[in-house]
Amino acid sequence: MITKRIIPCLDVRDGRVVKGVNFASLSDVNDPVELGRYYSQSGADELVFYDITASSEGRKLFTDVLRRVASTIFIPLTVGGGINTLEDFERVLTSGADKVSVNSGAIRNPQLIEDAARRYGDQCVVLSVDAKRVDGSYHVFAKGGREDTGMDALKWIRRGVSMGAGEIVLNSIDTDGVKQGFDLEMLDAVCSIVDVPVIASGGAGCVQDFVTLFKTLPKVDAGLAASIFHFGEVKIGDLKDELARNGINVRRIKETDA
Amino acid sequence: MIAIIDYGVGNLFSLKSSLAMIGAQAVVTGDAGVLRSAERLILPGVGAFGDARQKLAQTGLDAALCAEAARGKPVLGICLGMQMLFDRSLEYGEHKGLGLIPGEVVPMAGRLPEGLKIPHIGWNALAIRKPDHPLMKYTESGDCVYFVHSFYASDCADSVIATAEYGIDVTAAVAKGNVMGCQFHPEKSGTVGLGILKAFCEM
Repeated sequence: MITKRIIPCLDVRDGRVVKGVNFASLSDVNDPVELGRYYSQSGADELVFYDITASSEGRKLFTDVLRRVASTIFIPLTVGGGINTLEDFERVLTSGADKVSVNSGAIRNPQLIEDAARRYGDQCVVLSVDAKRVDGSYHVFAKGGREDTGMDALKWIRRGVSMGAGEIVLNSIDTDGVKQGFDLEMLDAVCSIVDVPVIASGGAGCVQDFVTLFKTLPKVDAGLAASIFHFGEVKIGDLKDELARNGINVRRIKETDA
Repeated sequence: MIAIIDYGVGNLFSLKSSLAMIGAQAVVTGDAGVLRSAERLILPGVGAFGDARQKLAQTGLDAALCAEAARGKPVLGICLGMQMLFDRSLEYGEHKGLGLIPGEVVPMAGRLPEGLKIPHIGWNALAIRKPDHPLMKYTESGDCVYFVHSFYASDCADSVIATAEYGIDVTAAVAKGNVMGCQFHPEKSGTVGLGILKAFCEM
C-alpha cells in the first residue's frame, strides 16, 4: 500500500538555503545540494524548494541550483515560488523539477492551473493554499499569507482541482509557526471535498503531531514541515520509526543508503 | 552506450542524471541510427498514451525500436514507455501499442476498491514475483519505488516480475526476454531505483 510521505521544505534565496540547517555533520549549512542530499539520505520522501528571490538574477541562480540538486538527488522534487506563467513551469521543469507548486500566481490567473495541467499533466501541478479562519469560514491568503483575498478556501481548492491541480498543499496560517500540531479541522474539511492527494503543512512541532495527523485523518497523504527538520528538533528517521510503531505505513530506507 | 529515446514526450533530465550517477554512458536521442549503434535502449514517457504513441510513430522511432528489440538488444520502458510495450491501451479510446509484450493497459478507475485515490501516486513497496530476474538483482520485496499513474498493465501475468499492492496487485515491472519495463520511475526512486537502472546496465 502507498506510504505516507514526509516532506521537508527549503526556502532558497539567491541560490542559498535561507536559515540553513542546524547540523554539525554539514560543512555548508546553506548549500541546497548538501542539504538535499542530507534529507534524501535521512529518508525524506520528497523535497520542496521555494524560491523566495525577487530578482531575475536570483531566479537564474535558483535554476542553476535546481539543476545541481536534481543531478545528485533522485527523489521527487517540487518547486514553488514565483510561478506565474507557463514559461516559469518550463524553466523549472527543464532544470529537473518533477512538480510545480502554484499559489499567488494561480490566484491572479486561475487559468494557469488548467493550461499547465493540459501541457504537463495533472500530476505536475500542485496547488498550494495559505488559508486562515475569518468570520467562521476559511479564507485564502495571498502574498505569503499577508493579504486576505476574501476567497473561500474550500471553493478555491475545489475549483483548482476541477481545473487540473493534481495535489493540494494546505498550509494553515492559524497553526503555522505555533508548533502545537497540524490544523486537523481545516485539513478534514479539505479532505472531504477533494480526491487528489492532500499535503498537510503548518503547525508540526514534534513527532507526535505527525502520528496524530495520520491517525486522525487517514485521507491525508503527506506531512510537510520546515524548521523542525532544519533545526534537528525532529529527525526524519526517528519520525518514521515512530509512525511505523503506530501502524502507519512509511517508506524505510536501507542502512546502506545512509 | 545507452540511448534514451527522445520523441518529444516528458522530462529526461532526471533519467539522464541518474544514469550518469551510476557511471553509465547515455545519450538522449531521436536518431534511429544512434538507436542502432547503442548497446541498450530506454523508452521513457509521461502523459497520454495516444499522443505519445502517435509521436513515436511520426518520428519513425517505433520501427527502429522494434527492430533493435528483435535483434535482442536490452530495452527498458519506463512509466508510459513501459505501457507502450504492450499490445494495446484502453486509455481514452483504444490505441495500438508496440506489441513487444503480450497484454493490455487498462484504467484503474472502476478496478480499485472504494476509497483509493487515482492516480496511484507516491512510494509503494514492491512484491518481487521473479526474484531471479536480473533486473531485480539489487532489489528485494518491500523496497519502495515511486509511482505516478492512472492506468496499469493487465493480462500480462507471464511477464510480471514485480507488483505493488494498491487494493489490487498493480503491475510494477515486466520482462519478456530482452524487453523490460517499469511502471514506476527508477530515476525518482532513490537508491532502490538506481539499483534497478544499474541492473539493466549490467544485462
